[in-house]
This record gives sequence, structure tokens and C-alpha cells, in this order.
Amino acid sequence: MNNFLDSFSNFAFRNKNFIFLSFLIIPLLWLGVVYLGSLLIFLGHSFFHLDGFTGQIVYEFSFKTLLELFSSPANIDILIRTVVLAACVTIGSAIIGFPIAYYMAKFTSPKVKIFLFIAIMLPLWSSYLVRVYSWKLILAKEGIINWFFEKLNLEWLLDSILSTPVIGGPSLSISYIGMFLVFTYIWLPFMILPIQASLERVPNSLINASHDLGANKRQTFYKVILPLALPGVIAGSIFTFSLTLGDYIIPYIIGTSKFFIGQAVYTHQGTAGNIPLAAAFSLVPILVMVIYIYCAKRMGAFDAL
Amino acid sequence: MLFKKGSINKLNQAGLGLRFGAIAGLLFLHIPLLLIILYAFTTEDKSYQFPPPGYTLKWFEVVLNRQDIWNAVGLSMRIAIISTFVAIILGTLAAGALYKKSFFGKSSITILIILPIALPGIITGISLRSTFGVMGIPFSTWTIIIGHATFCMVVVYNNVVARLRRTSPNLIQASMDLGANNLQTFFYVILPNMGTAILAGGMLAFALSFDEVIVTTFTAGQQTTLPIWMFSELIRPRQRPITNVVAVFIMFITFIPIVFASYMASKTSESEGSTK
Repeated sequence: MNNFLDSFSNFAFRNKNFIFLSFLIIPLLWLGVVYLGSLLIFLGHSFFHLDGFTGQIVYEFSFKTLLELFSSPANIDILIRTVVLAACVTIGSAIIGFPIAYYMAKFTSPKVKIFLFIAIMLPLWSSYLVRVYSWKLILAKEGIINWFFEKLNLEWLLDSILSTPVIGGPSLSISYIGMFLVFTYIWLPFMILPIQASLERVPNSLINASHDLGANKRQTFYKVILPLALPGVIAGSIFTFSLTLGDYIIPYIIGTSKFFIGQAVYTHQGTAGNIPLAAAFSLVPILVMVIYIYCAKRMGAFDAL
Repeated sequence: MLFKKGSINKLNQAGLGLRFGAIAGLLFLHIPLLLIILYAFTTEDKSYQFPPPGYTLKWFEVVLNRQDIWNAVGLSMRIAIISTFVAIILGTLAAGALYKKSFFGKSSITILIILPIALPGIITGISLRSTFGVMGIPFSTWTIIIGHATFCMVVVYNNVVARLRRTSPNLIQASMDLGANNLQTFFYVILPNMGTAILAGGMLAFALSFDEVIVTTFTAGQQTTLPIWMFSELIRPRQRPITNVVAVFIMFITFIPIVFASYMASKTSESEGSTK
């Protein structure tokens, strides 16, 4: 059968493998040697350890660094804090994203759908830093949220939210609520698009059938639509969860002085010069995501992509 | 289909709650971007006061005369253009090799292509940094480009592979039957078919590279790209009004390729629909 490769390869018409190899060899060298090589060397450092006395890396295979990671309460705190935040962000974006996705998939004309699609793609692809910056403007003490609460004479409400232990803080821009809002905002499009794709695939006849069989709107939603949209939600959660796990910019700019995984990696490789511990920290989001993706795959999340 | 397109609309109008939820979500996505534009015109330069006490165009003029910012813009542009160029070549080659043929280890190669964008940027960044360090490669614009091209490749690959899968082999056969030789088929049939996909992928790669800060932080030496400038201002705001204007500028620079790319994508889906 003729295909792209055949027609392109006038000179190697009978030798498809040659062309195929020459196509693949450059990207493969780039990714396989330059990228994967660097990656494995860096992650491999988690089996080395830092000599406590000289501060030099000891290039000997041992589990010392990994043990240090999982035995120090401070490090465990960082891991738990990050995973809990990532879970909250995932749930938050699913709740905010679902109505948009549902509306887009089932209640719009094709023209409005394209418009909404671009409306969701724009924030997704536009500058990450600018979007984080916009929240610095919003959350500032003199910013729009405080202004809004003031106008409604609800300052007491904001103050009581901020004085709540754990999630509160001196101001919205230095609190976990602030971080949660920013993370949810930044990754929301990654949640909307897969949910929309999975809802798009729910045949209307199925919904009609559910109505015909006597289910009301609410029952149809909970018994038919929601279960069928679940793979989309899980696919979206892969993005929101993993992106939150590895980010260090938002905790750095919006967060409190308490570290998250990304910041821990950054500090350990930078000022502390503890590459082994930085590598060990990096292993955590990778392992969490491998397990997560494995479970998601078993639940059929990838059919929704 | 038994039911006409859109029949569900009549049967099942969106409830008030759903509409409210969808509109609230969309506002949540877009109000921050609008605020950025508003703040670029504020007269207040010491705080993020809302509503702005007054409006002025003066900060745009100030930014126009700031050579350091324009140097950063130029550097970011240069990096984005070269990285996109490299990513287009690598991504298209990989797509051409992988779209059809199945062989041992193919799924591993596909994962390898996605990996740089799937892993947190900080891991990619540190890995490359330590390799450059070990190999004695000095940090320069080129080390940044290597980092960027690595994760930009995947967007080009995704776009091109999707198009290749959808291109009917009949098209190529028809071209051959009508007497075109291989090269003519390539230039007149395959390339025009791939062209918009490559362009759309390239646009997204450009936007991705122009905006990238994490990998850049680790692969740059003393170079200040626009996102690095922006990041330092985010940590320690020293020149708020100027940052506001630069933010608007970055937003629009990345908007253009994105709108263009989505326009290309919607155009193709239309033309495809007409052939079915």
C-alpha cells in the first residue's frame, strides 16, 4: 500500500526501513540520549548521599538519602502538604469545571461551542506567569477581593475566613486559600477539556431513553450522565494533580513560608547543594503519578482523551 | 442518527443552576485577564489598589523607552523562534516515523516524546542543568534552546501525527494515478495537507517557549528572558506599573499564535466535515 513514506522516498523506494530509521534517529537521539540520559543521571543521584561532614556528594550506592526523606518529619510534612493541596485543587477544579464542560457539550449550538472552546483555550495557553501575576493583583490587601467585601460590608466574613487556622493567614496573598485559588484557576482548563470530550460522547439517545423510562432530570444526571463523564474527570485530574505536585512558582509567590515539594527540590539543589535529596524529592511526584495513572488507566480514563 | 442534531436542546433546556455555574466558571477564567489590562492604565504605582485612582497611558511610554525590557523581549523572541524551528523538524520527523508503523518499543518512544512536558519542569530543568555542568558546556542562549526544543517537540508531534492519521491514503494513490511522481505528490499533496498542522503546532510551540520560565531558569546563565524578568518582579515587585504593562504585552504576544492555531484547527475540522 502506498503511504506517506513510500511517496516521499523516491530514492529508497524499496527500502522503507532505511527511511523510517533516518526519520526517527534524530528525535530519538535528542530525547533518548540528551534528555533521558540527563534525567536518569539526575534521578539516580537519589541513591547517593551527602557526606554530612564535608558536604560533598558520596558516589556510593545506598538508601541513605531515601531513608532521610521518609524519616524526617519535616520532609514528611512537605510531602503530605503537597499531596493534600493537589487533591483539593483537583476537586475544586472538577466542581468549577463540570458545569462549563456540561453546558458546552450538551446545550450549545456549534458556533457557540467553538467560541467557548477558544474561550477556554486562551487562558490555557496564555502566559502562566501573567496569570499568576493577575492573582497577585486580585489577592492583594488593597485589591479587588477586599474592595468587593468592603462594598458589601462583609469585611468581618473575610477576616473570619483568614483567621481560620491552617487555611488562613495574614492576607489572602499569603495563605493556603490564596494558593488553592491560584492553582485551581491556572489548571482549570485542563479539567474542562477532557470532561467536555467525555460528555460529548454520551449519545443524546441515551439521555432521551432515560427520560422515556421515567427518570427525571436529576436522576438522569446522577445515574446516566455523571457515571459516563467520570473517565473525563479522572483524565482531567491527572493534569491538575500532577501539575500541582511539581509546581514551585505559585507556592513561592503566593504561599506561606512552608515548603512544597517543588520548592524543596529547588532549595536542595540550589543553595543547599544537596542534589541527592533534591533527586529523592523529585522521585515522589513521579512515583505518585505512575501509580495514579495506572489506576486511572484501569478505570478507563484514557479513552476520554 | 435517529435524532436530529440538537434535538436534546428542545427536550432538555439547560437549567438555571447549570447556566449560572457555567457563566460563573467562565467569568472566573477571564476576569483575571481583564484585570491585567485594567491595571496597565492605573496611575497608582506603589500598590495594587482597586479600583485604580486614575487612568493614564504614561507607563506604556515608559516601557517603550526601557532598553533592558526590549533586550529581554528580543532574547525571548530569538529563543522561541529557534526552538520552534528545531521542534518543528524533530516533531515532524518523529510523527512521520511513528504515525503508522507499529514495532517493538513504539509505545516507549511515544512516552519518551511526551515525558518532557508530562514531568514537572523543575525536574527537566535540573536534569539538563547538571548534565551541562558535568559536560562542561557553558550556559548560553543555546543551552536554553536545547531545553525549550525538548518540550516544544511534543506539541508539533501531536498536531502532525493527528493530521497524518486523518489523511486518507487514497489521496496519495489518486495523485499517483493521475501521473504525479513521488516528489510532486509530496510537494503538491502531502505538504499542503500537513502544512497547517505543522504551522499550528509551531505556533503553539512558539507560545510555549516564549512563556516558559522554569526550564529557562535552570538552563540560563546570565541571560534574562522576558519571563525571567517577569518572575523576578513577581518575587520582589520593584516597578509595579512597568510590570503591569509588560504583562499585557506578554499576554497579547502569546494570544496571537494561540488564536491563529485554534483558527487553523477549526478550519481543518470544517474541511474534513465536508468530505464526509
